[in-house]
Amino acid sequence: MGNSSNKPGISGWLNARLPLTKVWKEHMAEYYAPKNFNFFYFFGSLAILVLVNQILTGIWLTMHYKADAAQAFGVIEYIMRDVPWGWLIRYLHTTGASAFFIVIYFHMFRGLMYGSYKNPREIVWVLGMVLYLALMAEAFMGYVLPWGNMSYWGAKVITQLFGVIPVIGDTLLEWIRGDYLISDATLNRFFALHVVLIPLIILVLVFLHIVALHAVGSNNPDGVDIKKVKDENGVPKDGIPFHPYYTVKDMFGVGVFLLIFLFIVFVKPDLGGLFLEHDNFVPANPMVTPEHIKPVWYFTPFYAMLKAVPDPLGGMIIMFAAIIMLFFLPWLDRSEVKSIRYRLLPFKLALSAFVLSFLILGWLGMQSGSTIQGYMTVVCTVIYFSYFVFLFFYSKNEKHKPIPERVTH
Amino acid sequence: MKNLILLLLLLPAVNVMASGGGQHLKPAQTNIRSTESLRNGAKYYMNYCSACHSLKYQRYSRMAKDLELSEAEVMNNLVFTDSKFTDHMTLTMADEDSGKWFGKTPPDLTVIAKARGNDWLYAYLKGFYKDPSRPSGWNNTIFKGASMPNVMWQLQGIQEAHFEEHKDENGIVTKTFKEFTNLSEGSMSEEEFDATVLDIVNFLDYTAEPAKLIRLAYAPWVMLFLVVFTFLAYLLKINYFKDIH
Repeated sequence: MGNSSNKPGISGWLNARLPLTKVWKEHMAEYYAPKNFNFFYFFGSLAILVLVNQILTGIWLTMHYKADAAQAFGVIEYIMRDVPWGWLIRYLHTTGASAFFIVIYFHMFRGLMYGSYKNPREIVWVLGMVLYLALMAEAFMGYVLPWGNMSYWGAKVITQLFGVIPVIGDTLLEWIRGDYLISDATLNRFFALHVVLIPLIILVLVFLHIVALHAVGSNNPDGVDIKKVKDENGVPKDGIPFHPYYTVKDMFGVGVFLLIFLFIVFVKPDLGGLFLEHDNFVPANPMVTPEHIKPVWYFTPFYAMLKAVPDPLGGMIIMFAAIIMLFFLPWLDRSEVKSIRYRLLPFKLALSAFVLSFLILGWLGMQSGSTIQGYMTVVCTVIYFSYFVFLFFYSKNEKHKPIPERVTH
Repeated sequence: MKNLILLLLLLPAVNVMASGGGQHLKPAQTNIRSTESLRNGAKYYMNYCSACHSLKYQRYSRMAKDLELSEAEVMNNLVFTDSKFTDHMTLTMADEDSGKWFGKTPPDLTVIAKARGNDWLYAYLKGFYKDPSRPSGWNNTIFKGASMPNVMWQLQGIQEAHFEEHKDENGIVTKTFKEFTNLSEGSMSEEEFDATVLDIVNFLDYTAEPAKLIRLAYAPWVMLFLVVFTFLAYLLKINYFKDIH
């Protein structure tokens, strides 16, 4: 590879100046991934697929959208009716937003199950968590752009979170909104952030996420390091080249994903108010509050925690802590075993309780909040945070099943 | 893995719970593919609703195309303003005036079916009853204190609503709707009126998203393509992985 500059022809000339062949080999044709990837390993490539979908459909939406409080709601209807294929472009984008979170939640759950965040992949995990934060900001600001009534009130409630910060809160709130209330100024800046700044951040982070991953290599369902056992050529015995094996396998994953994704796009794009909310088909109205303000489903677990605490500042701290805790997982989990396959029942129960509490919180976040739901929210929030505490102490001298030398397939 | 399967099984349950809540409405059996129903709905909409409610994102020309009507049919029978064929279906009445006359400007109805849902609209349009305590003389079981009068009373007849009163342990009285009785007969039978309301709701479901007709028509072909694509991709994957043990 190093002496490709000596090779004749256009390819040699080009590769001496731009190492395309080298990059292709290092990251695709000679990137050795464990051969035992299962269902949960489809979601990395699917996340890239959805990202590309969001960027392409986003560009086409930008060609027709107008970031103007007086026109935004109507312009969405214009895209849905008068722009050729506008309805398809928009539904791919709105369904893509929800699909992005579904894919990312599976992707993160995979990390939790197989210990993908553990040494030596801490940076991969932390970069992924920053990506998750960026994705949340991106989704939130995108949700404001159609300027429906839920866009308006959602923006109001979420920006208000920053207003409860002591001392600087009010000034910060005004700075974020660009006005004393949610207005045209807010819509314009959210548009700028949604289509330029945050996508740029996401792209850079995705690049770093993959660079960091390829530096240490992929984990696998057994949590075994495949680089320990290599053949005479220095190729891991349990590794297979990413291309063509996983490009071909992921193509199948893409097919299954698209079957579900495009079914929703073509048959039920609002998914009964879950992907596109009913109240967002009413134009933004500062004088009329929606009957029940709630964010889209992917934020509802955190929204439930926010509502669980009577004090707004306390609620905000709990909500952000719920996300921040995930950043520290690589250091909270001190066990020498990575995969759930070789961990014992206490870990399996704890992880199940953690995931269940998150799902139930997601449901609770959509409800209007009866007394019993209030208690459930508190219980689930406690379970959610207990997972981290449990993991920290339990993993110190964790007993486990014997870990195999090689992947078991 | 077993836990995961359990979780996946639970997900739809969460979904169902999320979509419930609120009033229990009878499902409105609309069929957006029935051009006949859409045409009838358009006819009644234009005659009974369009004087006060705009469809400001819907063009007459698009409606003509989707409902398979000619320009002349639309312009002669369905346009009551000085609008042109390609215009949006707006009002001649100014918002300020209607606000004064009704206490509230009647909302634009282009996407009302998305905001309220077909079931709600169907129940609402059938839910008017005589209530002398209201300024308009009408009230509604689905939307209490609605400003809108029953514009279709000549078709439906005049209904009276009967409520049951419940007293809870704190002595607070709540009224729940029990049944309607007819004070006067309308020009339509109950079945005819229900079918007419259903057509109007169907028409509003159409105006909320004319593209629904296109996407539903494409859906089977997209799915068919993907089934074939996924199957071939699966065969390719099997073929590549047959040497990997």
